[in-house]
Amino acid sequence: MKGFFRVAWLVVRKDMMVEARSLEVVSTTLFFALTVVLVFAFGLVREGTPVGDVSAAILWIATAFSGTLALGRTFERERQADTLRALMLAPADRPAIYAGKLAGMLLLMALVELVLVPLVGLLFQAPIVAYPWHLAALLLAGTTGFAAVGTLFAAMLVRARSRDVMLPILLYPITVPVMIAGVRGTAAIFQGTPDPDLARFWIALLLFFDVVFVTLALWTFEPVMTE
Amino acid sequence: MIDDFERLSVSSLSRHYGRRKALSRVTFTCDAGDIVGLLGPNGAGKSTLLAILGTLLAPSEGTVEYGTVTAEKGGAGLRARIGMLGHDLFLYPELTALENLVFFGRMYGLPDAPARATAALDRAGLGERAHDAVSGYSRGMRQRVALERALLHRPRLLLLDEPFTGLDQASAAALVGRLREEQARGVLIVLATHDLDVVDGLLTRELFLRNGRLMDVGAGQGPLRDRYHAAITAS
Repeated sequence: MKGFFRVAWLVVRKDMMVEARSLEVVSTTLFFALTVVLVFAFGLVREGTPVGDVSAAILWIATAFSGTLALGRTFERERQADTLRALMLAPADRPAIYAGKLAGMLLLMALVELVLVPLVGLLFQAPIVAYPWHLAALLLAGTTGFAAVGTLFAAMLVRARSRDVMLPILLYPITVPVMIAGVRGTAAIFQGTPDPDLARFWIALLLFFDVVFVTLALWTFEPVMTE
Repeated sequence: MIDDFERLSVSSLSRHYGRRKALSRVTFTCDAGDIVGLLGPNGAGKSTLLAILGTLLAPSEGTVEYGTVTAEKGGAGLRARIGMLGHDLFLYPELTALENLVFFGRMYGLPDAPARATAALDRAGLGERAHDAVSGYSRGMRQRVALERALLHRPRLLLLDEPFTGLDQASAAALVGRLREEQARGVLIVLATHDLDVVDGLLTRELFLRNGRLMDVGAGQGPLRDRYHAAITAS
């Protein structure tokens, strides 16, 4: 078990070092996420007031779209010098390599969400500080489920010619339950009369999805990566 | 980790991609200290064979035995005994040469990874540029770092895909010297190349591949280039 976490940590640290040097994924993902939120704000905010209870959906749409972009760019980097193959060649637990890539993705997406959440709160007058722990739990659990599936598929598709098309086609249908739970849970604490108990229900459901998706991904990573 | 193995045995190895046969019933053996050349035109199946030997690709049929161990049984312990240099160099361009080698050394569980990485870069003549990002290196310098990465954990089986691509004469000669050192250590080396003149005299065995099949040409005489053309154009 110690070896598993050591390898996962090595992969996360390497990914963070590479990203710190290039800022490629963070900058493109953040720019894309901000653009999505601003476009919705121009369309759905009239005289400073949003036309409906849309803030939760917009937060999750921006998270999902920018997350897909981050997944693609992160694995494109591994494809360019075929370094994913080098990782697969190492005598390390292959699920640990997956866990490291997943943790790296979660850190990147958390960074984007740190900017996205205040922006959505500001533009759509969403009460982001009313239930901060509920919101944090929803984002963490939802992002984990999304990234767990996305990391597996992005790694699988890294050598496929049509990977940019295939990734969203495979990813979105499977993560629809995560997105629905994330939106409904966030809406429960953003609505006029907040319902924290309902949000807790959605958090529990998201945690269930996380356990299922992460377990399946750890189990299938080695066979799917041995071409 | 598994013990040093003396022989690599490939038996009736085939790999299909749908209906296309990338490799078809390839059989050969090689022993410790052999330098085996996989020679053939583009699309002959050389890289596919190397990927199977490197346990990155599962064969559709046939077996590969590393001594007495197969890829399925060997697992991570077997991968610890294999070093591979791909056509793409398996290096992170944003990281320095030292960071690349230390990272991969740690992935291989080497307790002295920083010291070994430093020594490897000195041996490659890149000690003074160890802290430069690999993206600023020439192709030849990257190739030298990539070779040291593949050798860092002292593998028993070394797999090289087009190792001479982009190297000038001096760098190619240095690489040949390095391979002879590894050969003397008993390493089994399998390399795929189109640089026939460079490897003429280096190889202890030549395997000519065409359309995924091993061409049976028997023992030959004369320059490698002539034997290559005879084998590849034979009906």
